[in-house]
Amino acid sequence: MKLGFSDMEEAFRRECASWLDEQMAGEFADIRGIANLVDKPERRKAWERRLAEHRYSCIGWPIAWGGRDATLNEQVIFAEEYARAGAPNRLNHMGVELLGPTLLALGSSEQKARFLPAIAEGTAIWCQGYSEPGAGSDLAAIRTRARRDGDEWVIEGQKIWTSLAQFADMIFVLARTEDGTSGREGLSFLLVDLDQPGIAIRPIRQINGEAEFNEVFFDGARCPVENMVGAEGEGWTVSTTLLSFERGISTLGQQMQFRNELDAVIAAARRNGKAADPVFRQRLAEAEIGLRLMRYGALRMLADGKGGALAGAALTYKIQWASWRRALGELAMDVLGQEGEVAPVDAEAWPLLTNLYLYSRADTIYGGTNQIQRNLIAERGLGLPREPRGNA
Amino acid sequence: MAFALDEQQQMIAETAAAFFAENAGGERTRAAMASGIDRDLWRAYCRELGFGGLTVPEDLGGAGLGHVELAIVAEQAGRTLAAIPLLGHAMATAALLASDDRAAIDAHLPAMMAGDRIVAAGERGGEGLLVPHAAQCDLLLLLGEGGARLIDAGAATVEPLKSLDETRPLARVHASGGDPLPGGTAPCEAACAAGVLCLAAEALGGAQEALDRTVAFAQEREQFGRPVGSFQAYKHRLADRAVEIEQARSAVWWAACALDEGHETRALALHAAKSFCADTYLRVAGDMIQLHGGIGFTWEHDAHLFFKRARAIANMLGDGPHHRERVARIMLDEAA
Repeated sequence: MKLGFSDMEEAFRRECASWLDEQMAGEFADIRGIANLVDKPERRKAWERRLAEHRYSCIGWPIAWGGRDATLNEQVIFAEEYARAGAPNRLNHMGVELLGPTLLALGSSEQKARFLPAIAEGTAIWCQGYSEPGAGSDLAAIRTRARRDGDEWVIEGQKIWTSLAQFADMIFVLARTEDGTSGREGLSFLLVDLDQPGIAIRPIRQINGEAEFNEVFFDGARCPVENMVGAEGEGWTVSTTLLSFERGISTLGQQMQFRNELDAVIAAARRNGKAADPVFRQRLAEAEIGLRLMRYGALRMLADGKGGALAGAALTYKIQWASWRRALGELAMDVLGQEGEVAPVDAEAWPLLTNLYLYSRADTIYGGTNQIQRNLIAERGLGLPREPRGNA
Repeated sequence: MAFALDEQQQMIAETAAAFFAENAGGERTRAAMASGIDRDLWRAYCRELGFGGLTVPEDLGGAGLGHVELAIVAEQAGRTLAAIPLLGHAMATAALLASDDRAAIDAHLPAMMAGDRIVAAGERGGEGLLVPHAAQCDLLLLLGEGGARLIDAGAATVEPLKSLDETRPLARVHASGGDPLPGGTAPCEAACAAGVLCLAAEALGGAQEALDRTVAFAQEREQFGRPVGSFQAYKHRLADRAVEIEQARSAVWWAACALDEGHETRALALHAAKSFCADTYLRVAGDMIQLHGGIGFTWEHDAHLFFKRARAIANMLGDGPHHRERVARIMLDEAA
């Protein structure tokens, strides 16, 4: 068992760090440190292309598809350095981290050739069409339908909580392709162009005033039949494969962002004297411990290397980081006091910590609520009997 | 970098698990409660298993292993509530090795490794100190400002007491005199590190066992025509404890690795591990009683043994607030 990285890996770290620092200090200084997902989309698209020019857009992908075939450790290092350098959240996270690996695993060679290069080059931004108004925690209750019309699928229905759809070019959609089915049966996984008359996107304003999520309406939207990943009716399996990539390397980078947030709380506590208050010292120490344990938990999860099989550290990771970050938001507001409740009249967005307080309420909901996580841990991890379910 | 047990460590974990499963556990621990130590178990641990010199270098007749292996073994001992003097043994071994005092090492280590000489260790060499196994030991390791003193148990006044945790009873120690081991602060620091790691790992093992037993109960026990473990009130509480145990495992491995590698985070890791693992054990053991219902409140059931061991661990070698304050000092004061 080892904590540290090898000399070669540390050399790779320095190489990444110096390139990222150079970019963030130079041409892309204007998007350095953006903590939300919606500011300056055009500049962030340019940043995606810049990453691609230097083969940093998808380093874990095979070399043939624009990646570097980077080892797990190299991917961890890049994710850490990316966040440390203050580079903005990836606009194409869903293309690079979710759809790309899914196509590499399950896509046809024609699908790989058509879709992977544009993701690698940063020219096609993807979003994810899973949740619906009636299919949240019970995702398999999907009602969006696709019917065959010649060489095309025609889609009717609605998706919701679609992050970044307003900036995306493409969406992957889970839709019901077989009449009379329910639950996980009869679903298919489709790749759909967002730029067409049958699609309308409406942003949803959130409690922090920003709009990162959207409703996406499908009213006769079309995609060619060859845009189905996996077989007809096998969409649930494809989506499960995709979600297994979500708990991947990017978690380590996410933690560097958490580090920046905790450091901001610490700085605020030093400024107003609460860093000397024993009660706050205990809470700050708890936050520090929680963050460190997240890091070592993630390293255990990656070292486990049992791709897809969620056990132990991997199964508990989502609820762990989401709960930690929500608690950090609460601690931040307790540290700031009333100062955390105000901003200049003309401020467009809340400062970092107030925004953290508000935004972190979503962390324990999206991607599987804490309640659903507890069910998963209890049923899959501990082997407790399933909740009685409806007809699924 | 691979933050996982390597093959040899995996083997040690399996060997230790099998040994304690076969030789320790509820009945054995209960039988040992009258005398305070399961001496047969301790001798078997030291000699048959050959772990008496687990962390002792090979040229001194030991296995030459590190803190990771110590943590692996302590976890299994904690899992079975083994009534053995592992804590004092690990601390005294670390202190002696750090002192590099050849005479003291020759005088004590071989007998300790053979399981013939039992050491009890306590922090601060002051008056009226409560020390686990002090009434059962041959040697006392007392840590304080003046350094680490290793004294003959007969040279101290030891007052046996009725102890909450009968699986590792406390006694009040009044002791003066005895020269500190050479090596400055090193013996004290090494002993504290080994002791804190040992307690954190024991807490991890105890918490895991308490959770596993409660899960098994929740699968079997039926009320309202269903296993009680199918109710979310059970599931969610058990899931929360499982999340904490995963974090506790990360904490123990981090601390053990950091010690073995001399990593810059080792002090932070030890404070984090002790406070987090002890808190986790307290919660899991408390829930073990609650989720077993009335049977969990009976003397006959083992739940109270875990519950009491957890409380004792929480108080030993610095409580949660103490260790969190140390974390706060590292993160808030030193870096400022």
